[in-house]
Amino acid sequence: MCLGIPGKIVEIVDLDNRTAKIEVSGVRRNVDVGLLWDGPDAVGVGDWVLIHVGFAISRIDEGEAGQMLSALRALGEPWEEELADLESSAIE
Amino acid sequence: MRFVDEYRDPALARRLAEEIAGLVEPGRHYKLMEVCGGQTHTIVRWSLPELLPAGVELVHGPGCPVCVIPMGRQDDAIAIAERPGVIFTTFGDMMRVPSSNGSLLDAKARGADVRMVYSPLDALKVARENPDREVVFFAIGFETTAPSTALTLRRARSERVGNFSVFCNHVTIIPAIKAILDSPDLRLDGFIGPGHVSTVIGLNPYRFIARDHGKPVVVSGFEPLDVLQGTQMVMRQLAEGRSEVENQYLRVVREQGNPLALEAIAETMELRSTFEWRGLGFISQSALKLRPAYAEFDAERRFEVPGVRVADPKACQCGEVLKGVIRPWECKVFGTACTPERPIGTCMVSSEGACAAYYNYGRHAGRRRLDRSRPDSDAPAHAAAADAASAAGGRG
Repeated sequence: MCLGIPGKIVEIVDLDNRTAKIEVSGVRRNVDVGLLWDGPDAVGVGDWVLIHVGFAISRIDEGEAGQMLSALRALGEPWEEELADLESSAIE
Repeated sequence: MRFVDEYRDPALARRLAEEIAGLVEPGRHYKLMEVCGGQTHTIVRWSLPELLPAGVELVHGPGCPVCVIPMGRQDDAIAIAERPGVIFTTFGDMMRVPSSNGSLLDAKARGADVRMVYSPLDALKVARENPDREVVFFAIGFETTAPSTALTLRRARSERVGNFSVFCNHVTIIPAIKAILDSPDLRLDGFIGPGHVSTVIGLNPYRFIARDHGKPVVVSGFEPLDVLQGTQMVMRQLAEGRSEVENQYLRVVREQGNPLALEAIAETMELRSTFEWRGLGFISQSALKLRPAYAEFDAERRFEVPGVRVADPKACQCGEVLKGVIRPWECKVFGTACTPERPIGTCMVSSEGACAAYYNYGRHAGRRRLDRSRPDSDAPAHAAAADAASAAGGRG
């Protein structure tokens, strides 16, 4: 459960609740970006963030996201489980 | 060095390994503790110790959140889950953790409504959708996870979701490191600090380790190259007689951590006077509970829980594994009576647990494949054999 997964913000879904839609490995789900919300332009579409249990906990750059993704894919099963867990999520 | 060619940059991995070897003082044995369970997983999965000189040993620390929850708290969780009308939500990792009354999976089989969730926000959603039921979220994890619970609590309060509560088991990493530093069982030379916890708490909380204990700390990431580079940075400090807090994981960890996350934790939670850790015993001010302002969302106030201390099963040596005193395969029941399918202790449950990592990727994984026809027959022999191969994780 300590795996962080990189995701790219594809839409700001709910400004009041600071919910954004992210995409990772073809999976699109909503996550909470409130922990990064330190100003009006804190996060936007196209940004990469590190996600942990449905919350973005850190901003990362695209290169870092790519490296993380290839390292995660190399993990095999734990990565597939994490992705399946993310897919099971239905945060609104 | 079977895996090195699969690293992102094999040449860099080899260079780091050579540099580490060059930093070893002849005749000295180094013990470095990686604090985080995710790093343990990487180390075993990628056979990192094969790249390290024989005198450099990586000792696995207490940073697996599932592993450190003591048996009594799991009993409490099951007592809550089995109350009529309760929907008990949990991360998947906790489903198979044994209590003195079976696991949550067993409770589910007995009829309890136990549901796996990816996020505390999913648990809150279950509560919104089931207003006539009590929905409890089993909150576990270090500072990486506590902010998620904190924001979920804020949201539950602002939306007045009155049937939602949190069974709070969040723990804090620094007191556990202190306990290990103060333990007479283990002499460590330095620490590879946890990456994701540090995105929240930053670097300052580690400074006492360098200042008061004279031991280097290098906060590191999770990829094999991160852990190798973290090891090289600790070794360089030792070679140069320095003890500082350094950040290998600059790409993700900021020196000040995440102030918004720390604020959210501070607003919703406060330190418990003491908390029991599996293996480490009671550690003062090492865990979080909900603040009085959030009392209405506190499952421990809403439901009566047994709240008793339950000793680990006699055969289980998770405690010694978590303290780094023994290596997973040195446990009497490792891979025989205790397996990921039928775990006795928590370290065999979570993929971040040291025992599960060795079981799945260590040398026994290979041996098990060969011995599939006689699954339990190699138990007494392998502890000694494995010890010889010590520096760990070789797929033998």
